[in-house]
Amino acid sequence: MTATGCSGRVWPYLLLLVVVAAATAGVTALLINVAERKAEARQPFVRLVEVDEDTTDPEVWGTNWPRQYDTYKRTAERTQTRFGGHGGSEALPAEKIERDPWLKRMFLGYAFSIDYRDRRGHAYMLADQEQTERLTKPQTGSCLHCHASILPLYRKLGGGDVIKGFETTYTIPYADLSAQLHEMGHGHPVSCVDCHDPASMKIRVTRPGFLQGIAAFAAGDAPAPHLPSVERWRAGSRAAPYDPNSDASRTEMRSFVCGQCHVEYYCSSKMKLTFPWAKGLTADAIEADWNATTFADGERFYDYKHAETGAPILKAQHPEFELWSQGIHARSGVACADCHMPYMRDGASKVSDHWVRSPLLNVARACQTCHAFPEAELAARVEAIQGRNYELLQNGGRAITDLIDTILAAKAAGASDEQLAPALELQRRAQWRLDFIAAENSMGFHAPQEAARVLGEAADLARQGQIAALRWRGDGQ
Amino acid sequence: MAPTPLLAVVTTTAIGILAGVGLTTFDYAEGLSYLSTDPAACANCHIMQSEYDSWQKAGHHTAAACVDCHLPADFVGKYLAKGINGWNHSKAFTLQDFHEPILITPRNAQILQDNCVRCHGDLVHDLTSVFVEQPVSCVHCHAGVGHGPRCGLGGPLREPPPSESDSR
Repeated sequence: MTATGCSGRVWPYLLLLVVVAAATAGVTALLINVAERKAEARQPFVRLVEVDEDTTDPEVWGTNWPRQYDTYKRTAERTQTRFGGHGGSEALPAEKIERDPWLKRMFLGYAFSIDYRDRRGHAYMLADQEQTERLTKPQTGSCLHCHASILPLYRKLGGGDVIKGFETTYTIPYADLSAQLHEMGHGHPVSCVDCHDPASMKIRVTRPGFLQGIAAFAAGDAPAPHLPSVERWRAGSRAAPYDPNSDASRTEMRSFVCGQCHVEYYCSSKMKLTFPWAKGLTADAIEADWNATTFADGERFYDYKHAETGAPILKAQHPEFELWSQGIHARSGVACADCHMPYMRDGASKVSDHWVRSPLLNVARACQTCHAFPEAELAARVEAIQGRNYELLQNGGRAITDLIDTILAAKAAGASDEQLAPALELQRRAQWRLDFIAAENSMGFHAPQEAARVLGEAADLARQGQIAALRWRGDGQ
Repeated sequence: MAPTPLLAVVTTTAIGILAGVGLTTFDYAEGLSYLSTDPAACANCHIMQSEYDSWQKAGHHTAAACVDCHLPADFVGKYLAKGINGWNHSKAFTLQDFHEPILITPRNAQILQDNCVRCHGDLVHDLTSVFVEQPVSCVHCHAGVGHGPRCGLGGPLREPPPSESDSR
């Protein structure tokens, strides 16, 4: 045969061989991909290292649960919405009190008037607390309840008993307790072990403040339509106190883990950290609970005396759990984690997004799972709710400023504390309501109607207080 | 004499390997199940797991399976839709580049609507005959009939376009 004839027969074979080889490579790649997806769906995690109750370092847990840990780490990223978070500089976020001067006026006499900033992500909770200028005043060890992975330290202080250990911490200065924590090697922000059982990964509640608070709430008679397990417990024998870890449903637990800290509480040195829920979860019920509380020395409960007027003020912390409880999402069985840690896909596996953040930064997964509207429409709805709440809040800020001014004018004109008592009491009540919504981190969204009701009352009470201050000489002024 | 027997043997062997790996992959990926009407096949790739779970709890599960609502009833239309959806779904799942939450396409929405009318046509004739110009979609109001109250599963983390995140 000739050389030309031979190559004429060889080329088609070679070409076919190349095509077949490429196709085989493609099919093999597909096979590997299918196998990977199948493995993902079958095997949610591999336990490479052992974790136990004393493993507070999230990085160790991250070896076993890299998907969750990867997203948890992203809480260190800067995020911003119109009313929350911070963007821009690497330094601490902007001062909230500089933007709304009436906040600073309201907090005169309290450490929050020294330093009060926009929030940052979970990763910063301990570092931010260690840096705040509020530490220029001595603070109590109670604060670490929510800012550190503190259970091992509670166990040590209580000789093995978490609750006993916790109940000693309000008497220990923050600096001392913090030093002990770091010495033990537990200087981490709230981490995996605080919400997960290291043996089973089940979510759980560990914070003594919440355990005592929710038990007191269950033992009371305030309505709890959004917490069916509380209603079931109430209808039962009540032999043991309500215990969320054994009584609550998984859906409820997906809110309770957040309610361990995103709540109203007393956190100072006169008594132990207390969640004021015995009478209910509304602003009014919590106020009534504080009003019924006295310190060990018999004095009526207050957080601080207002530096200008002397009124005994109640300071609201950040009652997200309480305000959520009044809203339509809670009523419909939507848990905190459903919007703030929505499920996400990672290949063929399903994980909870541990990048806890504003749902506004994640509308597709946080909202569209239930609400079939375009992202822009959903965001616009939220903005409308928050914008209205902001207007009401500013209205309340003007009212409280006028009230304080009027009280000061009456004092200058010679009014005694006794003559001003009704006005000062109204300042306490108005300021409590205003602060309840201002300090809450959803700009009213967690329960819009309830937030508007509370702010309406705040403005009304402040104006009533102003009238009382004008009439300090008695009626007829 | 056959031309270059070695090359012919190699090429034939290669084709045999391709056929073998191809059939193995097809079998491993449960390819045949897609020719069946078994609803479990629709959750093979896990994406439809929440749709499959919710269908089992919703009103229609005793009367209709996935294919009854989501595929045309006629032979040609059924296999055409199976082919188009099969290609779209496997491409999306392999490349992981689909919209979250997953949305029905206009073409599939029309198949769904036709199937509502196929069974309930007599009952809703008064409605469908009136809205001829602008047909109404049954599931616009009866959103829960197939899968119960809306539930689903978000999706992988993806960065929103900068313009969206800045303005909020």
